[in-house]
Amino acid sequence: MKFLVQKFFLYCLAAIGALVINFFLPRLLPGDPASMIFARFQGRLDPAVIGDLKATFGLVDKPLFEQFLTYLSSLMHGDFGLSIAYFPAKVTDVIAQGLLWTVFLTGVTVLLSFSLGTILGAFAAWNRRSVLDRYLPPLLTLLGSFPYFWLAMAMVFVFAFTLGWMPLGHGYDQALEPQWSWTFVISVLQHSFLPALSILLATVGGWMLGMRNAMISVLGSDYIALAKAKGLSPHRILWHYAVRNAILPNLTGFGMALGFILSGSLLTEIIFSYPGQGYLLVQAVRNQDYPLMQGLFLCITFSVLVANWMVDIVTYYLDPKTREAS
Amino acid sequence: MLLQLFKDLYRNRKARFGMTILFVLFLLVYSSPFWSQDPLAIGAMPHLAPSQNFWFGTNGQGQDVLAQCFRGAVLSLTTAFLVGAAVTMIGAFIGTLSAYLGGWFDQGMVLLINLFLVIPGLPLAIILAAYLPPGPMTIGFVLIITGWAWNARVLRSQALSIKQRDFVQASLVAGEPLWRIVIFEILPNMISLVLSTFIGSTIYAIGAQVGLEFLGLGDISQVSWGTILYWANNDSALLTGSWWMFVPVGIAIALVGFSLSLINFGVDEITNPRLRDEDEFYTMLKDKTAYLNSELTPVVRS
Repeated sequence: MKFLVQKFFLYCLAAIGALVINFFLPRLLPGDPASMIFARFQGRLDPAVIGDLKATFGLVDKPLFEQFLTYLSSLMHGDFGLSIAYFPAKVTDVIAQGLLWTVFLTGVTVLLSFSLGTILGAFAAWNRRSVLDRYLPPLLTLLGSFPYFWLAMAMVFVFAFTLGWMPLGHGYDQALEPQWSWTFVISVLQHSFLPALSILLATVGGWMLGMRNAMISVLGSDYIALAKAKGLSPHRILWHYAVRNAILPNLTGFGMALGFILSGSLLTEIIFSYPGQGYLLVQAVRNQDYPLMQGLFLCITFSVLVANWMVDIVTYYLDPKTREAS
Repeated sequence: MLLQLFKDLYRNRKARFGMTILFVLFLLVYSSPFWSQDPLAIGAMPHLAPSQNFWFGTNGQGQDVLAQCFRGAVLSLTTAFLVGAAVTMIGAFIGTLSAYLGGWFDQGMVLLINLFLVIPGLPLAIILAAYLPPGPMTIGFVLIITGWAWNARVLRSQALSIKQRDFVQASLVAGEPLWRIVIFEILPNMISLVLSTFIGSTIYAIGAQVGLEFLGLGDISQVSWGTILYWANNDSALLTGSWWMFVPVGIAIALVGFSLSLINFGVDEITNPRLRDEDEFYTMLKDKTAYLNSELTPVVRS
């Protein structure tokens, strides 16, 4: 358990780090976001609001430490301030409305891509010099070299614009009302197919290559030779001996890469006008909506930290070495 | 040491292919100020399809996409390689120093590295870039902040294992100063790892830079790969079917990334013989393949 507890403390520390960055950034850099926001609205805002704005940034005339405490307590109460782009909606409400879409799209795609890549990599290493091993890794590496959002642009152009097989964008058919009905669910699946495919194509190569290389090292080790000498079935050697050990470095990499993939998929959402966090992010950047940007940063960071801890729990159960060490 | 590595790389099929593509691209990109037109000049109607006058067509402002691609590459590639080099140097410095000194310094550094690794890079880069004035300096700074930790971690663990070796202990006994041991004893033995982290960080720098600029966090009045894609999206290239506004840039980005990855595979294969391409081995053996069991992993000495 020591391993998991240690990791938990690391993530808590990272969360505090993110909070500190979020708190100090507006203070360290030139310009005061509250006045900048006020100036942007050019008199359309009630002057009384500027006090509120300052308060949401914690920019009150108190010592820095007290400001930080005020900031923390307002975060605890779920108060991330008001969004500029969606004024006067609260940042938490704006984020909550996009969260489910991103979790759905990215969550499903990342799990799918990781499983597919791992299985392909295992087979490629198991059958070296096969077609799978020789031609798929370079092809997938080439695909992985394109920015995710560029692949998305290319897909929209080919499959949606030119061929018309798929919808051009959005999360569902705009003529439908969001509800639990078959037509709506089918429309959501149809609209998420292309974004999911572009994220999948961009990421699967990395997992496959990582798994293939780990498998090759594992397959060369003595206990595999012993397993073969014992006359175990190839199926058992592949899945119970080789894959089980080779998957561990890939799993650690999974936690590390999560933040990067999530960011990439946010950019993909923009291309598809998908109603998730990515779309909010671009609105935030275009409108210099600092409260929303910072809220998104915290939200993404916290989800990545939670996901990392879940990966650690899985590693803990799969890897006897981590269990023994603690 | 370095020369030997390049010789080995040149002998490796994948790495040679990658280096060739990269070399040709470099020549074209860095000579482009001499042969291409002004990328910002508005010389024609907007959204023109590729033609004899405009090989890659024109963008939403009527600027030449060919000139933009190559002239934009100067800024993008220079930034990416500089960031890659800076991140590698910081990583190598912190990694080796931390491994060498050990103790509380090492523990503190490991904690710092782990913290930077678990905080997702791109969202952090986005809020940093949003507060700083837009431009290549900001992008470079932000990418260094978010990119150094991975290299430091990889290079630290390698330095840690080299530190245990006899020749380092010997030079320690011989009374060599710390800087000499780190620079002349430890670093040369990590040269291939340093090279592969440099290549890895450059790939990261290209991707992250293009992503940030695509979001509109770069200086959108300058021409670079990211801003070209930003304008392509802004001028609704997709809805007008102007594929030439984003296809050439994307292919250029992918070519650079792909050739860098190929060089990295070469480095991996040189350091880990198990990964080495078996073609080399099979041509060596010619018709003796009958002896081989397909489950063997041949190891080639070159």
